[in-house]
Amino acid sequence: MAHIQLKNVSKTFGNHTALTGLNLDIADGEFFVLLGETGAGKTTTLRMIAGLEKPSEGQVFIDGVDVADWGAAERDVALVLQQYSLYPRYTVRENLEFPLKPKIRRIEPDEIKARVDRVARTLRIEHLLDRKTDRLSGGEMQRVSIGRAIVRKPRVFLMDEPLSALDAKLREALRTELKNIQMNLGQTFLFVTHDQVEAMSMGDKVGVLNHGRIVQTGTPYEIYNNPRDTYVASFVGSPPMNLIDGKLVNGRAVMAPLNFELPFAGGAKTSGATDGRPLVFGIRPEDVYLESGAPVEARVHDVENHGVEKILTLRVGDAMLRATVPARTDVEIEQPVRFAWDPDKVVLFDKASGISLRHAG
Amino acid sequence: MAAVTTSTERSLNKLAIVGVLIVTMIFLAPIYWIASTAFKPRNLATTIPPTVVFQPEISPFVKLFTKRSQLRTAPTPEQYAAAPWWERLVFDGGEKVVRSGRGEVQWSGYPSRFMNSLIVAITSTILAVGMGTFTAYGFSRFKIKGEQDLLFFILSTRMLPPVVVAIPMFLMYRAVGLNDTHWGLIILYTAFNLSFSVWLMKGFMDEIPKEYEEAALVDGYTRMEAFFKIVLPEAATGIAATAVFCFITAWNEYAFALIMTNRRAQTAPPFIPSQVGSGLPDWTVIAAGTFLFLLPVAIFTFLLRNHLLRGMSFGAIRK
Repeated sequence: MAHIQLKNVSKTFGNHTALTGLNLDIADGEFFVLLGETGAGKTTTLRMIAGLEKPSEGQVFIDGVDVADWGAAERDVALVLQQYSLYPRYTVRENLEFPLKPKIRRIEPDEIKARVDRVARTLRIEHLLDRKTDRLSGGEMQRVSIGRAIVRKPRVFLMDEPLSALDAKLREALRTELKNIQMNLGQTFLFVTHDQVEAMSMGDKVGVLNHGRIVQTGTPYEIYNNPRDTYVASFVGSPPMNLIDGKLVNGRAVMAPLNFELPFAGGAKTSGATDGRPLVFGIRPEDVYLESGAPVEARVHDVENHGVEKILTLRVGDAMLRATVPARTDVEIEQPVRFAWDPDKVVLFDKASGISLRHAG
Repeated sequence: MAAVTTSTERSLNKLAIVGVLIVTMIFLAPIYWIASTAFKPRNLATTIPPTVVFQPEISPFVKLFTKRSQLRTAPTPEQYAAAPWWERLVFDGGEKVVRSGRGEVQWSGYPSRFMNSLIVAITSTILAVGMGTFTAYGFSRFKIKGEQDLLFFILSTRMLPPVVVAIPMFLMYRAVGLNDTHWGLIILYTAFNLSFSVWLMKGFMDEIPKEYEEAALVDGYTRMEAFFKIVLPEAATGIAATAVFCFITAWNEYAFALIMTNRRAQTAPPFIPSQVGSGLPDWTVIAAGTFLFLLPVAIFTFLLRNHLLRGMSFGAIRK
């Protein structure tokens, strides 16, 4: 159980700046997901909390205590990595026992055995206990890695893309399993991933990291529906939010390069959205709909069938727009369609800064 | 992979096998020569053309291990009958075994030289590989100021032939009394091998994911415990390969052993050829000495052959 805080943390490696002025607050018992692209600084953040890296500036607090002088062993965190967290020479049982055996813990052999057995039961890996870890499948390996972490009852779980190396089916199954484990243990989890689906489906809270800075922190709902800037809007969601340049003219959205207009009565609600100011209109594909009487005509450029729904790419002039429509919608490529949007769902971004007007105000 | 082999591929395969056989024979020929000479009767050792088929004898080995002198008069039949079988072999060669006043058989210099070789080679190998492993781990895992320069400096100790420094070394050794001591040779051979050991081990250490130790550190182990429990077993292959090379270098070293030692700490390499000089050279005894001398390296390499193969192809596969 632990409350983790990072205050104004920066980290540089030689000339390379990995993190700048990072502030993070992870509540006790929270499943916090750090989401970002490769090289955004997620792993560095995790390693600093684990005590494997020292911040160049700023402080790390665990339960309100500055842990700058604490080594990795004293911080009592558990680490699950994408790979290499298991020792190939050891059996599964030996791997699970390993975190319980350091001299500083002084755990009785009986207790070790009991704990390993309990964890093996929880993760359904009892039948693998005597196997060498290089004889395990990817999913089994990751289960054992998670077991290695939970067997010790640490204060914090740190997970660095633990599911990324697995295939899609397994990833989904383990996602659910991991979330269940977290809820049962009630422990603080920090989960690092580049996969926005993982972030949205597992996180109590998500922090989006871009180029070493936290761009937005919030619940998955907030991140998805109210992105702070165009980066978050285009990074989260599959397909991502449509972002179209334009401006407001008399309660209508005028898309600048393409000359199509959409009604936008809701614009008045947002402060700062004055007529003529260069804006970016953000609209989720599921809020774009096809209707015979809709105001704008487009051509179907591409159709992706996803079973429950179809993702259409619409072409207006040279611009592309994605729309998620029900699977039964009958469309063909190059077919002319008319579309509209749900004006209440539109997010306005300042063209110059890329920041959402709702957040700026 | 489908087993589709064309006839050209098959004939190429045969060609490769023939090539390997020829190369193997070239490499094995001197070893065969030594081994066969070690079991030849003395009069067949230098025949032209060489004798290939002969009744193998053990007499060269008996002579190798005993102190002998030339017979002035042939032994009486009683003396001959009273002698044990191995002594008769020496009589047959026109020599007799030297005995002390109390009748004890005198050993030749060979066993003690062989022991010296073992002591010096094993100790220096352990030292060079041990220090090399620690040093390589440090270079591989920690940020060290001037790392590249230091590594280059370590390598530079191999850039000139060691014999170049033989005379200054000899003078220094004489001054500090390391001449003709085991430690003198051990220090020398450790120094020769250390740079090689550091470089080779660094390659192996770099291949071990540092995540292994970090996981151990996070689990509550100290850096030392993580090193011994996790890194060392992973580095076993590299350590074995490095040890074989260091051992061979130390075992075979001739020049410094010749210069720095003469009796107490002399190793086998300078001793064996020194036998040529006493009386008429007995090539069978020299061959027997060489043959026994080959065995430890052969056994050591054979025991570690799996590690050695993997060790040599380790970096090559990935990069």
